[in-house]
Amino acid sequence: MAHRVTQGAEIVGYRRDDAEVDPPYLAPGYVATQTRAPKRPLLILPHTLTEVTGPVYGHERIGELDHDLTRQHTGEPLGERIILHGRVVDGDGRPVSNTLVEVWQANAAGRYLHVIDQHPAPLDPNFTGAGRCLTDDDGHYRFVTIKPGAYPWGNHPNAWRAAHIHVSLFGPAFATRLVTQMYFPGDPLFFQDPIFQAVRDPRDRDRMISAFDLSETVPEWALAYRFDIVLRGRASTPMED
Amino acid sequence: MTLRPTPSQTVGPFFHIGIEGFIGGELVAPDRPDAVRVFGTVRDGEGEPVIDSMIEIWQANAAGRYAHPEDVREDVPLEEGFDGSGRTCTDDDGHYEFVTVKPGPVPGLGGATQAPHIDVSVFARGLLKRLVTRIYFPDEAEANEADPLLSSIEDPDARAALVAVEEDGGLRFDINLQGDRETTFFAV
Repeated sequence: MAHRVTQGAEIVGYRRDDAEVDPPYLAPGYVATQTRAPKRPLLILPHTLTEVTGPVYGHERIGELDHDLTRQHTGEPLGERIILHGRVVDGDGRPVSNTLVEVWQANAAGRYLHVIDQHPAPLDPNFTGAGRCLTDDDGHYRFVTIKPGAYPWGNHPNAWRAAHIHVSLFGPAFATRLVTQMYFPGDPLFFQDPIFQAVRDPRDRDRMISAFDLSETVPEWALAYRFDIVLRGRASTPMED
Repeated sequence: MTLRPTPSQTVGPFFHIGIEGFIGGELVAPDRPDAVRVFGTVRDGEGEPVIDSMIEIWQANAAGRYAHPEDVREDVPLEEGFDGSGRTCTDDDGHYEFVTVKPGPVPGLGGATQAPHIDVSVFARGLLKRLVTRIYFPDEAEANEADPLLSSIEDPDARAALVAVEEDGGLRFDINLQGDRETTFFAV
């Protein structure tokens, strides 16, 4: 079937299958949700022109080294250098090209360069922990960074976040906005991390875990991890009133 | 074959390092004659200010055109330098603020017209997925009355909660994540 997009007055919306996949707002094991999750049911927002359009950020906003978190300071950060890459596709497997991908993360010691993070681990003067790039025509993105450390948090006694990198995407429309977290294979902390566990279906949780990727690993320089991302697909029929 | 979307996860408390100096909350210069300040406080279910939320907005320009390839209405002008998107975060008092212009009316479904509105996404620690709401304008009573979305909402309080309130020459739109005065949120 041909890829349908909005033409003139006829609006083609996006599928709502994210609702099956996404964690619930209230996940009691993640304590902060208890006072922040809305209690009333959400109303359905039909996809109008407002929702099938969305922010467009072009190359002019992206700095030459924004994708390389290891080259944003005078020296190199400490830790295990990694390549993080993958493809962004929609729910029909079509590449999402030229869309903004933003990442932010803790340093190798598990500390964020943030005033609120007082975890007794060292900051790294050569690591900010933020990057951005645009996907290419085939939906591919690539960052060079440092493998983040696990870190403790106050959610419950002896709580530790599984090592992760925050990943933010806009996609083609307001309706396709996604912020997720990318995890590393084999992390022993998954079982006690209520943010990871809030995703109900274990198969969906698995799709937040990157894969070690020998083919993109650069010999004698950096291991590569592949994290493919799926944004919501387009509905197959136009919206009706 | 249909692929399941990648699950949403919280932005956590440290997103500031990723957004500093990028996108920003001023969509237009504050000294522009038609600039409007849209501001408010984000609160949790206990009435406490939410000091670690990220707010994004998306809107048409003053003429009612979206800076996006799928808005193909060439009879409505685009505006150089106005991309319709903004992002900011709440401060230590839970306060956020944008400087923008009131968007024009835009088409709705089935030939209807939507009243001027701004789509809003709220992200925070404790929100495993963004919350979405809309800001409507208090000086558009007639258009609001005819707006397909507003008029589809039966509860008058839920409807009224989507309309900003004039204050100090700007527009206040408080966001209550939970509780008696909970903001009207939408599944997009």
